[in-house]
Amino acid sequence: MAENDLGLESALRRRLLMGLAVVPAAACLPRLALAAAPPTAAVNTTGLAVTDTEVTVGILHSVTGTMAISETGAQQAEKLAIEEINATGGVLGRKIKVIQEDGASDWPTFAEKAKKLLVNDKCAAVMGCWTSASRKAVLPVFEQYNGMLYYPTFYEGLEQSKNVIYTGQEATQQILASLDWVAKEKDAKTFFFIGSDYIWPRTSNKIARKHVENVLKGKVVGEEYFPLGHTQFNSVINKIKLTKPNVIFTDVVGGSNVAFYKQLKAAGIDLSKQVLMTISVTEDEIDGIGGENIAGAYACMKYFQSLKNPNNEKFVAAFKKMWGEKTVIGDVTQAAYLGPYLWKLTVEKAGSFDVDKVAAASDGIEFKGAPEGYVRIHPNHHLWSKTRVGRALPNGQFEVVYESADLIEPNPFPKGYQ
Amino acid sequence: MFGDYSLGDLGAIFAMQGFAGLILFSVYVLMALGLAIIFGQMGVINMAHGEFMILGAYMTYLCSGFFQAHLPGLFPAYFFVAMAMAFLASGALGMLVEWALIRHLYKRPLDTLLATWGLSLILQQAYRSIFGAREVGVELPSWMMGSIQATGTIEIPINGLFVMAITVLITLMVAGLLFASRYGKQVRAVMQNRVMAGAVGIDTGRVDRLTFGLGCGIAGVAGAAFTMIGSTGPTSGQLYIVDTFLIVVFGGAASLLGTIASAFSISQTQSTLEFFLSGSTAKVITLLAVVAILMLRPQGLFTLKVRR
Repeated sequence: MAENDLGLESALRRRLLMGLAVVPAAACLPRLALAAAPPTAAVNTTGLAVTDTEVTVGILHSVTGTMAISETGAQQAEKLAIEEINATGGVLGRKIKVIQEDGASDWPTFAEKAKKLLVNDKCAAVMGCWTSASRKAVLPVFEQYNGMLYYPTFYEGLEQSKNVIYTGQEATQQILASLDWVAKEKDAKTFFFIGSDYIWPRTSNKIARKHVENVLKGKVVGEEYFPLGHTQFNSVINKIKLTKPNVIFTDVVGGSNVAFYKQLKAAGIDLSKQVLMTISVTEDEIDGIGGENIAGAYACMKYFQSLKNPNNEKFVAAFKKMWGEKTVIGDVTQAAYLGPYLWKLTVEKAGSFDVDKVAAASDGIEFKGAPEGYVRIHPNHHLWSKTRVGRALPNGQFEVVYESADLIEPNPFPKGYQ
Repeated sequence: MFGDYSLGDLGAIFAMQGFAGLILFSVYVLMALGLAIIFGQMGVINMAHGEFMILGAYMTYLCSGFFQAHLPGLFPAYFFVAMAMAFLASGALGMLVEWALIRHLYKRPLDTLLATWGLSLILQQAYRSIFGAREVGVELPSWMMGSIQATGTIEIPINGLFVMAITVLITLMVAGLLFASRYGKQVRAVMQNRVMAGAVGIDTGRVDRLTFGLGCGIAGVAGAAFTMIGSTGPTSGQLYIVDTFLIVVFGGAASLLGTIASAFSISQTQSTLEFFLSGSTAKVITLLAVVAILMLRPQGLFTLKVRR
């Protein structure tokens, strides 16, 4: 087993380094892997949908409804990763078969479909969910039926489960380093917070406020929340003009973003002079906002499409080849791409598809082929990852202006920030 | 809370805040006009109103792409063409919908609610299939972005002025059409007594179709205008529908003047409260006020005197 693991892992690494051009090496891999595939009875003792040649994995995202805007990229990345894994021999010699369900932007539907994927389809793992609300809806299902969920979105933290691997950043990972950066580089003392009114922006801003007040010794001069879908920001923009903060810190989501940045620009706030930092705008959102309307703003994320490293260049090329030249790749899309690979590496380390063994083996799994660079799973099931600050360019891409020196430890229950 | 600011600052802020209220007012009137015609004059509850608006926004998106690719020299003026196209497309779709769906339901007003809600879902999914699930970015001519520097501190957004101008223009046109033209007389006659209007020789079917088309067309123009301030995606129409109904119902369904008065009071309340309180709280208080007033005056602010 161990030898087989090594063989696959090094082959994977080699393939990732050399890129897709190395066809002959890749082509002979499936046969090698198949020859060495361990018997099904040994790798599947709990009745999951695993045969001698196939293993079933679920994808659960919204393809219809409001959230389809955001979740499209995530499910595209997951399919790409799975296709790549299949092309290099699959997992423990088995090809991944995908069953996709539509959460339809409706949280009870997510729970129902999660149950279907686990109970009827016996999926060995599920890649899915986007909003915290959908994750909270499926969490009891995954815990009750002992499934494995790979969740891609950056989120507010305050959660940890044996049955979930969080491949996005939790709030402290995303926010703290970038606040430090803006305080140091832009000499920022006063902050104005604007968010959409639900759990993620409120929790994130709470963490940011504690950091600004207690660590940076700065001042929060305003904190405002607007209902989801709000489209009129003129009043709050006037308030910003009145309070003249050093930094506008935003976590507005969805269609509201478009309205916010267009009105900000129309009101004469020049983002090349006024520092604005967002934790909710990725390349995906800029598509709708329009690059010229947000150019100059800073975003803190762990991933930007413009990252310069061989893994990412290969990933971007493969993604565009599969889904079209015009598609853009945001932070969550990249995090979703990690899910299938992390699962594959964990299964191979555990030598089994059994959920308990996979959950136990997750701690310490490293993925060197991640487009964002090296990542590792923490015992708390979140990822060690770097934080980066990007400056929005008129063409809708980000220019990376800061990158944390080390991987930042995930800390979903931050002491002193709650 | 104003202790820290100079008098000049405060003056400038109040001026800009007043202007923000006026922009919101124009946006509300523009949103509600089409619905005021359809719901107010025809009694049809059109849940797909937002989707007709977004059709206008998508027409603007297509026009902007077309002008950039083929007529870059005329790009600064494309927006006017886009608004015309938006009116025609939404109006044509509206007339088609009236012919295929709505006219069979005039006697069952509650069923129109379900039917048009279904229509809104169909349209959303159609937009998603045609234009993709992601929001599209509508590129605007540069003269429409930015602001006019009125004094050192007062800045007036150009797109706000533009929306105001369109609103005034369209309101005047609608008022003229409804109250000073032969067609307007027919519309009002059909609304007050369909059978009698038919008996005196008015083609009620044709009047209905034109009126529904007009309402939808105006929604399309509103959608085109909103590409300046909001998002264009398959479900963006949903962002407007609640506010739109709120304004029309609050104003008194059958009264155009009521719609305008209601848009004015709601927008001013909203924008003033938003300045002093936080966004969500402002919305809650505005809605509470509306509910309270509607409890005291269920027919809305303005009503027509009709014999029941």
